[in-house]
Amino acid sequence: MSEKVNFKYKDFLIENVLKLKSDKPEKEVVAQLNLIQRKTIDKPVITVSINSSSIISGVQKLKTDIEEYLVDRNIDAEIIPVGSLGLSSLEPVISIQLPGKTRLFYKKVLPENVISILDGSFNNFIQEENILGQLKNDIQDAWEQVPFLDELAYFQNQQRLILKNCGFINPESIEEYIASGGYKSFYKVISKNTPEEVCDIIEKSMLRGRGGEGYLTGKKWKIAYKTPSDQKYLICNAGESDPGAFMERLLIESDPHKVVEGIAISAYAIGVKKAYIYIESEYDLAIERVKNAIAQAKEFGLLGHDILESGYNLEIIIKKGAGAYVCGEETALISSLEGKRGKPHSKPPYPATKGLYNQPTVVNNIETLVNVPIIIEKGIEWYKSVGTKDSKGTKVFSISGKVEYTGLVEIEMGTKLRDVIFRVAGGIKNGKRFKAVHIGGPSGGSLTEKHLDTLIDYESIMLTGVSLGSSGMVVLDEDNCIIDMVKYFMNFMQKESCGICIPCREGTRRMHEILENISKRPKDENGHTTLQRFKGVMQLESLAEVLKDTSMCGLGKKASNPVLSTLKWFRDEYEEHIFERNCEAGVCQELRTFEIDVDVCNGCTLCAKKCPTGAIFGTVKNVHFIVQDKCIGCGICFETCKFSAIISK
Amino acid sequence: MPDLDEILEKYPFVQRDNLIPVLQDIQDEFGYLSEEAIVKVGKYLNLPTVKIYGLATFYHHFRFIAKGKYHIKICNGTSCHVNSNILIINELEKKLGIKDEEITKDGLFSLEETTCMAACGEGPVMAVNDKYFTNLTIEKVAEIIDSYKSMEE
Amino acid sequence: MLIDIEVNNKKIQAKKGETILETLNRNGIKVPTLCRMDGFTPTGACRMCVVEAEGKSGLIPSCSYQIEEPIKIRTHSPRVIQARKMLVELLLSNHPDDCLYCASNGNCQLQDLAVELNIRERRISGEKTKASLDQSSPGIVRDPAKCILCGRCVRVCEEVMNVFTFDFYKRGNKTAIATSMNKDLNFSNCINCGQCLLVCPTGALYEKTNLDIVQQMLNNTDVTVIAQYSPSISVSIADELGLRSGKDINGVLNAVLRRIGFNKVFDTSFAADVAIFEQSAELADRIKNDENLPMMSSCCPGWIKYMEQSHPDMIDHISTTKSPQQILGTLIKSYFAQREDISPEKIFSISIMPCTAKKFEAQREEMTHKGISDIDVVLTTRELLKLIKLYGVDAQSLDEEMPDIPFNTRSSAGKMVSVTGGVAEGVARTLNYHLTGKELPNIKITKLRGFKDRKEVSVKIGKQEIGIAVVSGLKSANKLIAEIREGKSDIHFIEIMACPGGCINGGGQAFNNDEKTLKARSKTIYDLDDKEAINVAHKNSNLISLYNEFLGEQLSEKCIKLLHTKYSKRDVLL
Ligand SMILES: Cc1cc2nc3c(=O)[nH]c(=O)nc-3n(C[C@H](O)[C@H](O)[C@H](O)COP(=O)(O)O)c2cc1C
Ligand code: SF4
Ligand code: SF4
Ligand code: SF4
Ligand code: SF4
Ligand code: SF4
Ligand code: FES
Ligand code: FES
Repeated sequence: MSEKVNFKYKDFLIENVLKLKSDKPEKEVVAQLNLIQRKTIDKPVITVSINSSSIISGVQKLKTDIEEYLVDRNIDAEIIPVGSLGLSSLEPVISIQLPGKTRLFYKKVLPENVISILDGSFNNFIQEENILGQLKNDIQDAWEQVPFLDELAYFQNQQRLILKNCGFINPESIEEYIASGGYKSFYKVISKNTPEEVCDIIEKSMLRGRGGEGYLTGKKWKIAYKTPSDQKYLICNAGESDPGAFMERLLIESDPHKVVEGIAISAYAIGVKKAYIYIESEYDLAIERVKNAIAQAKEFGLLGHDILESGYNLEIIIKKGAGAYVCGEETALISSLEGKRGKPHSKPPYPATKGLYNQPTVVNNIETLVNVPIIIEKGIEWYKSVGTKDSKGTKVFSISGKVEYTGLVEIEMGTKLRDVIFRVAGGIKNGKRFKAVHIGGPSGGSLTEKHLDTLIDYESIMLTGVSLGSSGMVVLDEDNCIIDMVKYFMNFMQKESCGICIPCREGTRRMHEILENISKRPKDENGHTTLQRFKGVMQLESLAEVLKDTSMCGLGKKASNPVLSTLKWFRDEYEEHIFERNCEAGVCQELRTFEIDVDVCNGCTLCAKKCPTGAIFGTVKNVHFIVQDKCIGCGICFETCKFSAIISK
Repeated sequence: MPDLDEILEKYPFVQRDNLIPVLQDIQDEFGYLSEEAIVKVGKYLNLPTVKIYGLATFYHHFRFIAKGKYHIKICNGTSCHVNSNILIINELEKKLGIKDEEITKDGLFSLEETTCMAACGEGPVMAVNDKYFTNLTIEKVAEIIDSYKSMEE
Repeated sequence: MLIDIEVNNKKIQAKKGETILETLNRNGIKVPTLCRMDGFTPTGACRMCVVEAEGKSGLIPSCSYQIEEPIKIRTHSPRVIQARKMLVELLLSNHPDDCLYCASNGNCQLQDLAVELNIRERRISGEKTKASLDQSSPGIVRDPAKCILCGRCVRVCEEVMNVFTFDFYKRGNKTAIATSMNKDLNFSNCINCGQCLLVCPTGALYEKTNLDIVQQMLNNTDVTVIAQYSPSISVSIADELGLRSGKDINGVLNAVLRRIGFNKVFDTSFAADVAIFEQSAELADRIKNDENLPMMSSCCPGWIKYMEQSHPDMIDHISTTKSPQQILGTLIKSYFAQREDISPEKIFSISIMPCTAKKFEAQREEMTHKGISDIDVVLTTRELLKLIKLYGVDAQSLDEEMPDIPFNTRSSAGKMVSVTGGVAEGVARTLNYHLTGKELPNIKITKLRGFKDRKEVSVKIGKQEIGIAVVSGLKSANKLIAEIREGKSDIHFIEIMACPGGCINGGGQAFNNDEKTLKARSKTIYDLDDKEAINVAHKNSNLISLYNEFLGEQLSEKCIKLLHTKYSKRDVLL
């Protein structure tokens, strides 16, 4: 980096963010910077994490309570909203920082304990059960007996590049973002690099798309860059259509400027004057924050006309999705932006040569784009030192299901699956046994215990037959049924298929039915339906292959992944369902059989009254029994009996 | 309530790519897309109504009937699913007598299944209008619904 | 540029940029298709045409994959056949087992594929989409249960007809084809042209059939059952009847219809001459008074409905002369009935047309007087063929016969109305006579012939230059209308036929409507014009006596009452 550029960025920072004259003495500048970075503060600062997760946990009420607390006690303190630390299951999270002291984070703060927490903090007394940790800092005094955040297992095993700012800075303030080093990369490329150079840097960094195929980002950019056209487009794909993922949502809510910066650099590199962010319309808060970020960036001259006097123009437009999984697929996304049904197109031609309005268009996942400023800032060599041979950098997941901590995690490529589940996410909840981890949502696959030592990178995961698709990672325990989960995904797919091509539209539907038949109670099945059921099962695998082989877009091609991967790794569970008609986890309701324990039943008659098919016989105060032929396995009796006399098998 | 024209005025350019935003605005304002609205948008954007209807029925968010007074969104994300939300959905369907995307006859309740709401740790999760309920059990939803019902009596 | 590619281990040459399918077809290799249509950009939706390509992980659709570099393809490898078979089985798993009762039985691409791929067992089954039959339209029946969602109807209606009746509806397993707001077809903007049912590969779209009532009437000795047939019929069905094609078989057709049991048989070409005769007078009037110009032809009911719903402010431009079918219908129940002394109520008048819109036209309110319809029933060409089969008539063994009196003469102009440009040519000829008292020196206006969707000429009639435009396919019609709205004023007469190419490609024609067939049909017609002596409407001898005995002058009060009609604005969802 040349001196001159460095100097210019600093001027920009001093004038715009610190609102000082650039000839101020260094000391004053540093002091002001520390203030914005909250290394030094003159009055207490309370941050409240306001994001989709914490709102559901009731943070809005909490915030009002805190405000009232401060007013009531006449305390002059600042309340600042922040995004998410990633620890969604510990929301609401707040932090309190007193002048001279490090920042203290509290978890699961409820209105009922807010007073004691605040009372304690202001009086140097710590409410232990809510304490999360403190943020290490060299110029502030640490609290005693409070762990540092980076010593927590959750943070220790992560490498946070993408999520660096999340939960720490105010997502609604461009000043805070810049003070933490933001827009420096953009400033650098725009004043120093030609677009082609930026493409080169990204290509050399080996950054691969995080949205699905893992295609080399720099290579894709170059294709679009080299395709001649007056109007090219960049689309930031934040559609997040995976029904179980929330990474993109929380990322935008927590650090929207990082997204804007990523888009700005990428747009510059490709020669784009108009970029779109495609985001789910339900993500109100994320939309609001990124809108705000765009407006602020414009105000600071970082977007719009003649950016930083470079002659480069860029407009970023927010496009709200209207709810369709398939619109995450790039060609469908493009149809949707054009105001049409979200119908994919055959590739080739690829969007990079012929996309939106038939112009060269780069579609990138939001995480891919956020990697870009990091690469520019840290350099190719540094970036390439993170990760594995062919998968560089980090990967963010939204982890959920039966783990202790649900939320966002960012790990270095090449981290073991086991470490993510058992260290970062705290292992399985309630002391249950780990059963499977499902990666990549409806297009992804499930892995078993024996894959726990698999490294998370494109190649290793691919070897297990699963692809590093979306950012969703869902952990199952012994109480979950694999067939049930696959059925859930297949049901999702049959509803979400765009309906254009035969294999996907009809195939997902039939596969769902076959799975349903497997998990149904086949007791009163006659010969014909049994035959149909077995025929179906026999077709499952070949159907899955035909879908993969013939579907037009990724949705159909990948729709059979959950089936194929579980058929491979959980075959015995399928066989148990099919041949023994048994669901070990007891999830497939209709496969359960119930019996009444004659020693426990006291003839209260409650179960007989509730049974919807009248399958339970017995008289008052006498032992009851279940007529298996009539029982449909609904389990109502099981839930009804107060004496646990009903046994599920 | 602003009328359709006011919404349309926000889109001075007759471009097809305005279609989804226009419909979103209309739905935000009126709660659903009426035939009248579709005809009007068609005239305005110079598009055959069948194209608008075809598009609107494609996307999950567009509705053609009003929402209930209490609009219930139940999370059917993956994590809530593995946390047995099916029991909650069944209970809701039983108590209300409606299914996904339907509305009760009295217009009080409408039901919508959504994807992950980002509170997986607290699942199963649902929202009634702007109020959220977490860690749901069959008993809990039954109580919640009953309390709303009793408010109406 | 040529590229060497390898297909099934054989080297062949492909043109750069052409699709795999085009290359295969040129080399005589057949690959099944379902969603593809000639002349439309491929959508790659059905996946039936997939082939295996070396180095590609999945199969690729040959209809949309363009060849840019050498490639090795296998069109019938086990993997490909297995995939195609599974696709058809998937379709069948959601299809009613209804072939024996189906309108498309024997003429169904899905059926053909099932045979071709040797599907003999139901390996995949499951719940079927419930859908109800829509019989509301007078011309077209929709059976969504048989729809395989190929999207052809949507595209024809949109890209050729510009009507936009259908679109895809919902998504996933609920995907369907629907009209706007899911209304029944008769409340939709459908103009009944029937182009969609020509392209539908299955029995999901077919004409509303009226064969039952016709059979009933044929059995009823109380009633005089009269048939008229459109000028295009006798040039379209020779093949189907086992006769040599390329000839007008109207003589045989007259005999066939009589064998079936029709009491009287007329050729609608006679009425076409009447229509031309009236329209020319009308046009002359309008030119003289300079009002409602350009005048638009009125013989196509599809077009008329379109105007009424989409351009109601311009309906005064349409000639008020009824269509040939309706003119003959009226004349049968007035002039003919009087002459023969039959009460109009005792006449059952059917009309055989290449057109589903004519079914709609026949039941328009304007086409009924005092509760008696001009035309009782319209049959399509396809229905006629069924009727012939049903009555076991062997056309090959029959000698030619004449149509019945008093409508048994026609000019070749009357015959030409069934092909795009024919009406205009006929009108120009008669207009010239009407205005100058002389025949056009050069009677053949070649610029009005051929299948281009839009043709324009200027013809010198007397001292005046008369601008004539001909369009077929409503997309081009719409374009022309837009130009007129913007001030284009050099046109006096526009002939518009909804179906591309005109009625010889009507929605009621026999199914083989490829380009070659259409060209042959039009050639047969224009050959007549070359060969025959009478090629202007005003020289048709029976027409002359009709006016002398019954109608009086052109545009006389009686003519207005019987041969003209009116149009009104229609409220449908556009
Ligand atoms: C059914 C389907 C859904 C997809 N959903 C998403 C999504 O939600 N977000 C995303 O970034 N990419 C999604 N993709 C992948 C995109 O098509 C595209 O490959 C990606 O946005 C490219 O960005 P990248 O190169 O940065 O990975 C999806 C693909 C398919 C087939
Ligand atoms: S694979 Fe599915 S989603 Fe993709 S184009 Fe085909 S039907 Fe649509
Ligand atoms: S559409 Fe074809 S396959 Fe279907 S019932 Fe009719 S003839 Fe049979
Ligand atoms: S009959 Fe003609 S107008 Fe009607 S739907 Fe078919 S193509 Fe469209
Ligand atoms: S109605 Fe016929 S043409 Fe239209 S989509 Fe269905 S099968 Fe295809
Ligand atoms: S062009 Fe002929 S066949 Fe087609 S709708 Fe018009 S009258 Fe009927
Ligand atoms: S799956 Fe329900 S909140 Fe995430
Ligand atoms: S014919 Fe090629 S996909 Fe349908």
